[in-house]
Amino acid sequence: MSYYLSHLKELEAESIFILREVAAQFERPVILFSGGKDSILVTYLAQKAFYPARIPFPLLHIDTGHNFDETIEYRDNLVKQLGANLLVGSVQSAIDEGALTEEKGYNASRNSLQTHVLLDSLEKGKFDAAIGGARRDEEKARAKERFFSHRDEFGQWDPKNQRPELWNLFNGKKHYGEHFRVFPISNWTELDVWQYLAMENVPLPSLYFAHKRKVFKRDGILLADTPYIPKREDEEVFEAMVRCRTIGDTTCTGVWESNATTVNDIIAEVATTRTTERGGRADDKRSETAMEDRKKHGYF
Amino acid sequence: MSNNNNQTELLRFTTAGSVDDGKSTLIGRLLYDSKSIYEDQYEAIKESSARRGEEGVNLALLTDGLKAEREQGITIDVAYRYFATPKRKFIIADTPGHIQYTRNMVTGASTANVALILIDARHGVVEQTRRHAFIASLLQIPHIVVCINKMDLVDYSEESYNQVKTDFTDFASKLDVKDIDFIPISALKGDNVVEKSKVMDWYGGSTLMYYLENVHISSDENFIDCRFPVQYVIRPNTDEFHDYRGYAGRIAGGVFKKGDKVVALPSGFSSTIKKINTFDGEVEEAFPPMSVTLLLENEIDISRGDMIVRANNQPEATQDLEVMVCWFSSKPMQLRGKYTILHTSQDARAMVKGIRYKLNINSLHRDEEDKHIGMNDIARVTLRTTKPLFVDAYRKNRISGALIFVDEATNETVGAGMII
Repeated sequence: MSYYLSHLKELEAESIFILREVAAQFERPVILFSGGKDSILVTYLAQKAFYPARIPFPLLHIDTGHNFDETIEYRDNLVKQLGANLLVGSVQSAIDEGALTEEKGYNASRNSLQTHVLLDSLEKGKFDAAIGGARRDEEKARAKERFFSHRDEFGQWDPKNQRPELWNLFNGKKHYGEHFRVFPISNWTELDVWQYLAMENVPLPSLYFAHKRKVFKRDGILLADTPYIPKREDEEVFEAMVRCRTIGDTTCTGVWESNATTVNDIIAEVATTRTTERGGRADDKRSETAMEDRKKHGYF
Repeated sequence: MSNNNNQTELLRFTTAGSVDDGKSTLIGRLLYDSKSIYEDQYEAIKESSARRGEEGVNLALLTDGLKAEREQGITIDVAYRYFATPKRKFIIADTPGHIQYTRNMVTGASTANVALILIDARHGVVEQTRRHAFIASLLQIPHIVVCINKMDLVDYSEESYNQVKTDFTDFASKLDVKDIDFIPISALKGDNVVEKSKVMDWYGGSTLMYYLENVHISSDENFIDCRFPVQYVIRPNTDEFHDYRGYAGRIAGGVFKKGDKVVALPSGFSSTIKKINTFDGEVEEAFPPMSVTLLLENEIDISRGDMIVRANNQPEATQDLEVMVCWFSSKPMQLRGKYTILHTSQDARAMVKGIRYKLNINSLHRDEEDKHIGMNDIARVTLRTTKPLFVDAYRKNRISGALIFVDEATNETVGAGMII
C-alpha cells in the first residue's frame, strides 16, 4: 500500500493547516471576501477546516460601490448558506464622509481607495489577522509573499524584512496594534484553483462563465460598459461573448472573449492560454512595480 | 492537459546558485518548455530587459519580483515558481547562492523533496557547491540531483563530467545524504533538460525533466512513527453536534487508523481512535501530510500543543535539547539568552545553555573556541526549555525534529533548529 495524496489534496491539506493555525494563534481573524474565485476557495476551505463547527471568523467585503450585480447576489447567498457574519467596508461612505477623494480622469478607479477602507475596517473591528486569497503565481511581488505576512501599525508591508518561514512552523507573534495578512492558498496556481473547484463542485458566480455583455476596448483590454467608467468619444461599445478571469471592481477588471460556459471549458481554456489572468487588470499596469507599491501601503 | 489531473503528485524542489552558473536560464527553460511562462510575462520582461539596455531576455527578471532585486540585479528572497506537467506539479523554491543568504537556502530547503545543485562544468566543485550540498544534508532533503551545466563549453566531454562527479561524490561522502543523481546538461542549448542530448551519447541516464517527473518521493514522509500534534480543538456547540469534541491537526508521522490505541502527551491518558473525520466524511486511516480531525472514545483533557501518539512508540519528552542551529538575525545568538521556541503546535521559552561548536560550512571544520553565532552561522548548541517538548531526532522526522527561535522583544524569527 502506498500512501500519497494527489497534488490538489496536498494543497488542500496545507491550506486547511494554515486556516486552523490562524484560528489558534489569533484573537480576531477575518476573511477578506471579494467575491472572486480565490476568496470563494478560501471560504470553502475554511468551511472544511472547522467542520462540523461554523467558520470561526466573519467575512469582510470591501465594497467599492462599483460592483458587478452578480458578485453581490452570490455573496449574499453564500453568507446565508454558511450562517456566516458579513461585514461591509464601503468606499462610497468614506468618500461621502470626506475621508477619501475620488480619482479623476478616464482611468479613474476606486481600486487604490480600497486600501484606506480596508485598513480602517481592520482597525475598527480590531482584527489582528486578515485572511486573503492572494496566490504567489499571480504577480511577481506576490511571489515573495509569506503565508503569515506581518504588517506594522500602519498596515505596511516591508518586503525586505520578512520573517523566514520554515517547515510548517508559522510565527504569528506581534505587538499591540500590528496585524497579519494570511494567505492560505499561496501555493495554488490558477489551474489548481479551477481543477479543485471542478473536483469539489463548488458553485461559482455567473461572471466567470461566458455570457453576452456590452463591452469596449481600452489599451488592448476589454472592459464592461458600466455607468462607472467614463468613455472617450472614440471608444465604441459593442456586444461580445465574454467572461471574467478575475473579479474585482468593474472599473479595473478586464473581460475576456471566451465561449467557456462550464468549469471544464474554463480548465481547458486556462490550460492552453498564454497570458496571465491579471493580464486584464488595469490596476497592475500602472507601473512595473504597481503591485509591490500598493502592497507596501497595505493593499491585499 | 485535461481536467483529469486529480492524481498528479506534488514535488517541491529547491535550487540555489549564483548569477553566472546558469540557474535562471535553467529555470527559465523548465518553465518555458513546460509552457508555464505566459506571453504577457515574457513580453513584460523582454521590455524591462531592453529598457535596462540588456541584450536578449533576462529570465532572472521573472523570479526577481521586488524593486530592490530588480535594481541590484540580485535575488534577495526566496522566490517560489510553479510549473506542471501531466505527471506532476512542481514548486520551485529558488534561493540565492551567496553566503549572506544561507538563511534563504535553509528556508527553501526545509520543505523540499529534491535539492537541485548546479555545477559549472568548467569550474567543477567550488565553495558554493559544497555549501549547497551541506545545507541539503543538514536539512535532510531526501534526494539530490546534481546538474553539471555548460557541458557545451567543455565540448560535451565525458571526462570533464566524470571528474566533477568524482569530486562531488568525495565531498558528499562526508555528508549525510542518501540519494544522489548526476545529469550532464546545457541549460542554454537545452541538452538533457527536457529533451535528450543528441551530442552526449556516452550518457545513458535520464533528462532532468524525466528525473523530476519520476524520482520516487512517496517514501519521503515518515509512515512508521505516529505523531499527531493537536493544532486546534473543534467544538461546534450546536444541537446536532452537542458532544462533539474533535482534535484537529496535520499528521506529522505514521499512519493512524480507526480503532488504534493511542496516548495523549503530556497527560499520558490513553484512549482509542473512534473516528477520523473530515468535511468529506469519515476516513479509515490518515497519514502525512493529511489534515484531519481525530475523535477519541474517552473524554480526556487535550488541547493545542498536546501530541497524540501510539503507546508503544513515543517521542522523547524532554526539556534538554541538542540542536544544530542556523542563525538568521544580525543580532548574534546570546549564550544564556532566552528565546521563544516554536515546535510542532507548542511554544515554550528556552535558554541557550551552551554553544558546543561553530561549523565552517565550506570545510566542515568544527571550531569549539568560536562562540560568536551571527547571521548565517551554523552551530551546535544545547537548550533548556521551560516545559517538556515531545521531540524526535530531525533525521527521523522533519516535523517533530524541527523548531524555530523567536526573539522575545522583536517577535522576529531569528533562527532555525534541527534536533539531534
